[in-house]
Amino acid sequence: MKKVLYRHQISKLFTFTLVVFLLLSNALFAQEETTEQSSEAETEVVEEAVDSGSGDAVKGKQLFNQNCAACHALNRKMTGPALANVEARLAEDEGLDKEWLYAWIKNSAGMISSGDAYANKIYAEYNQAAMTAFPTLSNTDIDDILAYTAATPPAPAAAVAATDAGQVATDSSGLSNEIILGALVLIFALLVMMLILVNNTLQRIAEANGVAMERDKVAKRTPIWKAFAQNQFLVLVSVIFLLLASAYFAYGWMMQIGIDQGYAPIQPIHYSHKVHAGDNKIECKYCHSSARVSKHSGIPSLNVCMNCHKSIYEYKGNPEGPSQEDLANGYTNEFYTGEIKKLYKAVGWDEENQQYTGESQPVEWVRIHNLPDLAYFNHSQHVTVGGIECQTCHGPVEEMEIMYQYSSLTMGWCINCHRETNVKVEDNAYYAKIHEELSKKYGVENLTAAQMGGLECGKCHY
Amino acid sequence: MASKKYWKSEAELNPNDAIVETLGQNEFPEEIPVDEFLGDKENLSASTTNRRDFLKYVGFSTAAASLAACEGPVRKSIPYVVKPEQIIPGVANYYATTIADGYDFASILIKTREGRPIKVENNKDAATKGNSNARIQASVLSLYDSTRLQGPLANGEPIEWAALDTAVKGKLGAFKATGKQIALLTQTYASPSTAKLVAEFKEFYGNVNHITYDAISEDAALSAFEARFGERALPSYDFEKAEVIVSFGADFLGDWQGGGFDSGYSKGRIPKNGKMSRHIQFESNMSLTGANADKRIPLKPSEQKKALASLFGKLNNSSVNVDLSDTINKAVDDVVAEIKNAGKNAVVVTGLDDVNAQAVTLSINEMLASSAFDPTAPRYIRQGNTKTVNALIKDMNSGKVGALIMDGVNPMYTLPNASEFAEGVAKVDLSVTFSTNWNETTEITEFTAASNHYLESWGDAQFVKGHYSLMQPTIKELFDTRQFQQALLQWMDSDLSYYDYLKETWSTGVLGEASWNKALHDGVFSMKADSTDDSSAPNDDSAAQTMDEQSEGDSSVAPISAAISTLSSSSADGMELVLYPKTGMGDGKQANNPWLQEFPDPISRVSWDNYVCVSRADASTLGFVNENVANGGLNGSYARLTVNGVSLENVPVIIQPGQAAGTLGLSFGYGRQVGMKAEMQTGVNAYTLYQGFSNIQNVTIEKASGTHEFACVQLHNTLMGRGDIIKETTLEIFNTKDHSEWNHVPQVSLNHQEVPATTVDLWDSFDRSIGHHFNMSIDLNACTGCGACVIACHAENNVPVVGKEEVRKSRDMHWLRIDRYYSSEDSFDQDNIKKDEFSGISETKSGFEEMELAAVNPQVAFQPVMCQHCNHAPCETVCPVAATSHSRQGQNHMAYNRCVGTRYCANNCPYKVRRFNWFLLNNNDEFDYHFNNDLGKMVINPDVTVRSRGVIEKCSLCIQMTQKTILDAKREGREIVDGEFQTACSNACSNGAIVFGDSNDEESQVTELKKNDRMYHLLESVGTKPNVFYHVKVRNTNKA
Repeated sequence: MKKVLYRHQISKLFTFTLVVFLLLSNALFAQEETTEQSSEAETEVVEEAVDSGSGDAVKGKQLFNQNCAACHALNRKMTGPALANVEARLAEDEGLDKEWLYAWIKNSAGMISSGDAYANKIYAEYNQAAMTAFPTLSNTDIDDILAYTAATPPAPAAAVAATDAGQVATDSSGLSNEIILGALVLIFALLVMMLILVNNTLQRIAEANGVAMERDKVAKRTPIWKAFAQNQFLVLVSVIFLLLASAYFAYGWMMQIGIDQGYAPIQPIHYSHKVHAGDNKIECKYCHSSARVSKHSGIPSLNVCMNCHKSIYEYKGNPEGPSQEDLANGYTNEFYTGEIKKLYKAVGWDEENQQYTGESQPVEWVRIHNLPDLAYFNHSQHVTVGGIECQTCHGPVEEMEIMYQYSSLTMGWCINCHRETNVKVEDNAYYAKIHEELSKKYGVENLTAAQMGGLECGKCHY
Repeated sequence: MASKKYWKSEAELNPNDAIVETLGQNEFPEEIPVDEFLGDKENLSASTTNRRDFLKYVGFSTAAASLAACEGPVRKSIPYVVKPEQIIPGVANYYATTIADGYDFASILIKTREGRPIKVENNKDAATKGNSNARIQASVLSLYDSTRLQGPLANGEPIEWAALDTAVKGKLGAFKATGKQIALLTQTYASPSTAKLVAEFKEFYGNVNHITYDAISEDAALSAFEARFGERALPSYDFEKAEVIVSFGADFLGDWQGGGFDSGYSKGRIPKNGKMSRHIQFESNMSLTGANADKRIPLKPSEQKKALASLFGKLNNSSVNVDLSDTINKAVDDVVAEIKNAGKNAVVVTGLDDVNAQAVTLSINEMLASSAFDPTAPRYIRQGNTKTVNALIKDMNSGKVGALIMDGVNPMYTLPNASEFAEGVAKVDLSVTFSTNWNETTEITEFTAASNHYLESWGDAQFVKGHYSLMQPTIKELFDTRQFQQALLQWMDSDLSYYDYLKETWSTGVLGEASWNKALHDGVFSMKADSTDDSSAPNDDSAAQTMDEQSEGDSSVAPISAAISTLSSSSADGMELVLYPKTGMGDGKQANNPWLQEFPDPISRVSWDNYVCVSRADASTLGFVNENVANGGLNGSYARLTVNGVSLENVPVIIQPGQAAGTLGLSFGYGRQVGMKAEMQTGVNAYTLYQGFSNIQNVTIEKASGTHEFACVQLHNTLMGRGDIIKETTLEIFNTKDHSEWNHVPQVSLNHQEVPATTVDLWDSFDRSIGHHFNMSIDLNACTGCGACVIACHAENNVPVVGKEEVRKSRDMHWLRIDRYYSSEDSFDQDNIKKDEFSGISETKSGFEEMELAAVNPQVAFQPVMCQHCNHAPCETVCPVAATSHSRQGQNHMAYNRCVGTRYCANNCPYKVRRFNWFLLNNNDEFDYHFNNDLGKMVINPDVTVRSRGVIEKCSLCIQMTQKTILDAKREGREIVDGEFQTACSNACSNGAIVFGDSNDEESQVTELKKNDRMYHLLESVGTKPNVFYHVKVRNTNKA
């Protein structure tokens, strides 16, 4: 009988899950659709442009991103002028034709030295920064690029549509969550009600049958706490147990003092390792270059940031768009762009005029990994010599939106790794002799850092 | 019983005194103003804070405080906005520069970390003077002196540079019109660019008089050289080439004629092919040089002159009538024989401040055609002219001088006639002093131009003709300061920076075809011999000037025959005082440097003081005593010294073994007061007795009352026959006998048989054949005891300064000390024999006491002792917490944070090299030296932990340096070549006395030295198997 009942329940559960799944999947598909829509819209726009010009704007976009984007933007002054509609603009304002542009792009320096008036004017206007010559670009290539620059930017309407769709999607998913929660609450309420009803019924039946409640009989027994207090042995044992337990926890608590695993302070600039190292796959040591040669990994100076951020002035998001989670945290494109502006302010970069004002304000980062002064740690030893991945100690940095201390950085943690990690001796003439001798001594091929003497006090404490 | 009255004060005896009455009744004569802090009752009861709340607050704040203590502090990390390309945080940069502060001159390298200079190293590329001494090593700390001037001052009040410029230029312009004298009183620069600049300044303002003034004058030597060779300079000596060195009071291992002769000397002192140089020293004070001599003859200066005259006569086979005792006569005869034997391999030098004596030595060296003597490469690092200084003071007092501009000098402290100078300054319209610190001279001048430390300055120097050295800033000016040369340019209405000026001078005058960048990188530049011409002489202006003075000054430089007769008839009444510069303090420029104050004098081992040295014989007649008191300190009497009516009160007395009877010694550089931290105001000012700029004075001495407390780090003067600490032999025995005779390995009894101690071992030996195994070799023959290593160790290892009081309690923190031992008999061997012959307790006791009485002319040995890094270290086995342990690389490690401060290790160390932090010595204003202020802390080496209170510390064999060398090699994937491994002391030692290396490397120098017959370990019988070993001292005493 019971078994049948259960079977019934399982099938019910299954139906319920199905309902929930359907509700959710609706939201998922909705999202996919919107992205599709927007990309379609974009392609359409580009295609339109192809019709209007002589070049291939799609190919042009690719070429533009490869060759020009470091110094030029479509609608914004950067190292070089804004290039939207450059061909038309030149024709209208300066009366210069495409041939001039061909010549300029292929050899700007030549143009300047030849004394071309507009060439010299533009050269002077942009701080005499010579434009790289692109002799490799064919006229067709340049046509393509020009076609791209001439194309009208993606209609704002499409973008709006996309955001709207996104909004709907979020809404719908929120809705489905609420429905599920509501349903659950309802089910629980029903269950509670049923229990009360059953209990009442049973009691009534019992009363009717004349069964006395057992509760009343127990009253005269010794209360359990009194019995406990009277049993001295039990008290002693419990006291000892309590003392030991508290000592254990006190020890545990004290041992974590000064260990800041998971420490993730709020930084003056919200720098996302996820965006840089994760999404954009920037090599760690591009910014933390001193990790290669110095004991410090070094927080990059702001001029290193500006290597890229001179041209990356706004955050355009992941190809997939900000995730639910990011949006929930407020990590919108505008937010990130705002952080880039903080960098500009700190380094004293005048975006308008594309030059440094000289008024800089060093960024006071909060240091996350704090080794005590008594411990000597050298990054280059581990990074360059040992070839250890940054992630081994610093964790999945490329996934960290906010940087945190991944490892405990305790001495035990160091020692463990030294015991387990083999020293990278290959192709290093320094190790040749000692490796040969030590492997003979220990009878092993691979030597751990500990076998090399990496556990001696003075290797880290002096 | 009741009738007896006890009373505490007289007032109590007066029965009518109201106060007594009140006090009898009440504990306090007045009402305690409780109401003031509790308010009136009403207020109190109305208050919402009751007792319970108060307890709650107390409880909460205690809990909060203890919880907050568990929370780590938030540390900021601030990167550069734009990182300078060459700076990588954590990696040191080295810059070649030059110290030329008027007293110390050397080409050096500066180690900087994150832009902070933290250490001085020798510039091994330099052909001349590329080695540092203790003062140069310590000079980096003077950069971070918290008492430095932070901007220009006018009459003690801060002003702007612009205001100072306007005022000075205005007045200078006026003097240009009136033709009143503008005097530049400066240190010796030896700088071609400065000389050129001063010449241009002269041209610009007309009546400019440039006077070079050395606080400690070499005027006699300069004049003698000038008279003989026509150029105001000093000859060059290379003691490496000398087989016989005879010195009459020349402390050439110290600061004689600018110093820097020790590395050449040391090379000649290491026995090679059975030969080493022979050094005979006639002197009155026990100097560093005398301590190293094979034969030292204590002699009064007046007698030294006679002996020199007699030497000259005997070398010439001419008869010179001198009145000398027989022993001295015999000594001179011996010297003559040796010199004749050596021929051109002999050299004679003198430090007597006497033109005649200087002239005679020059002519002896010329006569011998001494190969160690080179007048063709003169040194320019002493230029001071006492005549012009005296003339200036006269001119100032007669009102002829309109402006006085001073740089690098402190005449109010260093002039014996300072009061006269002060009167003169008062009569001068414009006085400007360039100084890094507030001092005696800035006090009396109108304008104080805060000047740069040399590590913030541009400059150049020509130490020796044809050998140039460049000075470049290693840090931006810390304060609003400006260097003298820059100011001169400014006042000449030039908009050139001194850097541009310097570069221009070099590219036109010095470099020729060579590259400026390379010269700047190397720090040194040597001109090819043929291209040097006379125009490159640095101060042609002062040379020209002295030419003018020739007419009147000529009389002092007489022909040799006259010189000899003057010398031979020299006499002195009573006591003769010989003034000398101390190894640590020099002329006193860096008196505010705590490292140098705490640096124990190599001879007396006294820190934080100067004192008058008295011979034992004189001390007993005059009643002076030195005694070791119960608390472990050394106490001494006070004396009053009087020279020509000028008295110096309360001069502490040290009884100096080897001090010539009838002479006294007193060092310069101490007794500064103005602008100094209280702790640094040590000693007495010997310059007040420096009359006529002569280091030899006739003096009367009398006992003064009181007892002086010295901070002496070595109380036992003699070796007391503990012969296995210092082993020494003579060249003859060294050459003829087997090494087991003169380098005897102690024997121990094993199974009732005598076996060498080195073969017996209580412990199992650890396999140290794999990897590196560091060893250090210390050659007692090459070590002159100069102490550069001590300060280098201080700087490298963040060794704290503890102050005089603590040093007196034997709590000095030096990781590396240089022990000095006298032998009370004629040789250390005789000490041993004497000790062995003691029989019975009473004789032993009296015998040791007798030995402790230092001899009239003891033999001296220096021995640098640091942690010996024993392979079987006694300290390691007794540490209850395993804070000190051994590495397979041979270093004895010390984990400070593991140490709980039981000091068992220090007690169990047979070498006594472990130091205990009795106090928190950093961030503690009780120890106001350099570890308690932000500026002073900039000198800290970031790679070495700053120790806290209650832990032991000691030499680590500079593990931070060896580890860095290893890491560099690993990173570059190469093997380490010999010479790469260095420690701070081995780097600082330009004498080659300390050699460090990997003894597992068969090719290394240290391996070779370890196999040398002279090698021995300290206290071999203890069986500690140290990784530091010594080389037996060989004395060339076989002749005579």
